[in-house]
Amino acid sequence: MATAESDKTGLSSKGKYKVIGTRPIRPDGVDKVTGRARYGADIRLSGMLHGAILRSPYAHARIKSIDTSKAEQLEGVYAVITHKDFPDASDKIAELGEGSVNLKHLSSNVLADDKVLYKGHAVAAVAAETTHLAYEALDLIEVEYEPLTPVLDVRKAMQDDAPILHENQRMEDMSPDATTSDKPTNIYKKFFFEQGDPDAAFEKAHIVVEREFTTATVHQGYIEPHAATAVWSAEGKVTLYTCTQGTFTVRQQVAELLGLPLSYVKVIPTEIGGGFGGKIRVYIDPVAVALARKSGRPVKVVMDRASVFEATGPTPGSWIRMKLGVDAQGKIVAGDTEIAFESGAYPVSPIGAGCMCVFSCYDIPDGRIIGYDVCVNKPHSAAYRAPGSTQVAFATESVVDEICEKLGMDPIEFRLKNASVEGTRRVDGVAYPRIGLVETIEAIRDSEHYQTPLAGPNRGRGVASGYWMNAGLKSSVTATVNGDGKVSLVEGSTDIGGSRASIAMQFAETLGIPMEDVVPAVVDTDSVGYTDVTGGSRVTYATGWAAYEAALDVQRQLCDRAAEFWEVDSSEVTYDKEDAAVKGPDGKSFGFVELAEKVTQASEPVVGRGVSNHNEPGGAFGTHAVDVEVDPETGKVKILRYTAAQDVGTAIHPSYVEGQVQGGVVQGIGWALNEEYFYDEAGVMRNASYLDYRVPTCYDLPMIDPILVEVPNPGHPYGVRGVGEVPIAPPPAAIANAIYQAVGVRMRHLPMSPPHVLHEILKKEG
Amino acid sequence: MPVVFIPPHARRFVNGQKQIEVEGSTVEKLLRNLETEYPGIWDTLCVDDALKPGLAVAVDGNMSNRGLHQAVQTESEVHILPAVGGG
Repeated sequence: MATAESDKTGLSSKGKYKVIGTRPIRPDGVDKVTGRARYGADIRLSGMLHGAILRSPYAHARIKSIDTSKAEQLEGVYAVITHKDFPDASDKIAELGEGSVNLKHLSSNVLADDKVLYKGHAVAAVAAETTHLAYEALDLIEVEYEPLTPVLDVRKAMQDDAPILHENQRMEDMSPDATTSDKPTNIYKKFFFEQGDPDAAFEKAHIVVEREFTTATVHQGYIEPHAATAVWSAEGKVTLYTCTQGTFTVRQQVAELLGLPLSYVKVIPTEIGGGFGGKIRVYIDPVAVALARKSGRPVKVVMDRASVFEATGPTPGSWIRMKLGVDAQGKIVAGDTEIAFESGAYPVSPIGAGCMCVFSCYDIPDGRIIGYDVCVNKPHSAAYRAPGSTQVAFATESVVDEICEKLGMDPIEFRLKNASVEGTRRVDGVAYPRIGLVETIEAIRDSEHYQTPLAGPNRGRGVASGYWMNAGLKSSVTATVNGDGKVSLVEGSTDIGGSRASIAMQFAETLGIPMEDVVPAVVDTDSVGYTDVTGGSRVTYATGWAAYEAALDVQRQLCDRAAEFWEVDSSEVTYDKEDAAVKGPDGKSFGFVELAEKVTQASEPVVGRGVSNHNEPGGAFGTHAVDVEVDPETGKVKILRYTAAQDVGTAIHPSYVEGQVQGGVVQGIGWALNEEYFYDEAGVMRNASYLDYRVPTCYDLPMIDPILVEVPNPGHPYGVRGVGEVPIAPPPAAIANAIYQAVGVRMRHLPMSPPHVLHEILKKEG
Repeated sequence: MPVVFIPPHARRFVNGQKQIEVEGSTVEKLLRNLETEYPGIWDTLCVDDALKPGLAVAVDGNMSNRGLHQAVQTESEVHILPAVGGG
């Protein structure tokens, strides 16, 4: 790992902190590597039943009838439910902290109402004594369907004669010349952003390049399938064990869908085996709760792998038209793009984010962005690591590379000439605060990787940049000082990427105590204040800020207690974090551990409280370089070397930050080279297993070399920026640009799998 | 005075202007004051005393989850943008 420190702010973490920037052992590591950690499917309760879900064999069909009587009569079956067991959901929009959801759509997605909209759409559910009995009962449920023609391609779905998924859907047009139509459409919304006069600017451009791109539907690819276990109390309250990115979000969705008071739903998070945005929306949680209520027994529902692929949110397939114009000196003068995202069975897709990211890396004075959110007969798309940014970066960065070639300009030089900096106004109108894109480009330029010539046939080097805006939102923590001088730190952010450590380290830093003396715990919704989802790269920023506030609260309380012991006024007492001690007049002093013990014996408990709802998370940028070798006989692309430079603000725990960068890059490589949903004409996914849906393994990859660029975020006490999402954005474009350097073909479709690459090579050879 | 950047679909209510200076200490006050001068813009952006679902406010480059209650400074820039969810 290399660290490129910012010398412009003088605020780099190196040497500035005692705890931040060190690499302590992760608090959850031993449990996870020894198998002691409890994941969703590990929950076992006394008298527990097992749930199973009947799923649609059709991608698009009307449900004419459902007969569950035979299943209900099977011995060992305790409950059978359909959509009729849910209260009527309105078109109400529920705010879920990060994003909102239409409750009618959510309810119909959990168990289909009058139509099924994708193969694998849940139709009914059973709770039985064993899993085998539950699946046997599913076979006894009789569903009469009226098959309808599916539409799977985003452009076909936008045509006037396309099969319509939602007869009552009308397009919401957000362009200046918006028109209204009473015609049903699969287009849920049209976005529009414009800055300056792009048409006039293109007229004056020296070079204009316009290309079209498509990307396949891909899944988040978390290893752990969804799992939920529900148990009701005699008082009519329900406890739900689930693997989720947000317990409070699950609580709200379950309460809304089942018509329960919010406080009657308690959500206990298990460990989580990956989420990447795919474990925010509920799928099986309300089913487990409804089955448990109807059966009177605890019920566990665990998805199988095929159902995870077929029925949980992938990220959208897309079509993008990208046009950029530059002057003779290589300065971008205009940009114009149209982006269409598949939202799947229901709106909404991450098209809004895609529009905001598409030109984010460049200073484009005159630009236009049009985006379409389009329903197709696939599962409802969900967030996936920098949602929308990877697709659009593929288009923008590919066209940038083509322009560099036409200009005869080095891609690093071009990016430095055009990069967004503090004050640059994006086409959607927002002006950047302090950002570190230029520093990431310089870090790649100066890297040993980029400075080393690449030799050999069919080899090429590519560069690309990417952006994610990050999020703030709400977090809560409490901190109890124990008599042994250690602190129990209670938090509501489920730990996906190492946040127990990064939050504890910020708490420890603020008090000047060792991180090992802080014992973090992720707890249920009844045991901590409201906390938004673990998503948007927000937890180290926002929950870390809450921990910082809790530590300040602990400082204040310790000073008050010491003042009581010394019989002086609190104003005469201060907390010295350098010595981790409380100091008073006349040289009086208590060490942290000493005072903790004394307080426990002879004073009120010290319980710190911290909350945050700050909204200056700072955007995150990354620039990547990759070397590839292409086999011209097969089209297979081998990654030879990969370096990712990223502005990480302040690297709280550098090992975790490196891991986030490496993980994001690997997912981006999978998206670039192999991952895609294969659908047949009937809308059936033909590769719904990890044998056929190919994610990269360690055998496919070299070590990913991260360069941590630290440009501290001025909107956080320790300069934190979110780091988890942006590293997935640049890889497809960087690899496409490297493939061009290797074999001279421009790849404009993802994935760039061997058949697609070979097709382009053969086409070039005539 | 704060500047509100008018979303494209709302510009027909403000004679096509892309940005307007308007008095106010919160986003709600800014939009209420705009409505006084340009009737129709409130209902285009808000429903039930909140921003419409799917919309979010950004003040000085930062997305806020406080919606209409977000405070603004005299030199603030206010944008109404699509709400964004991360992974």
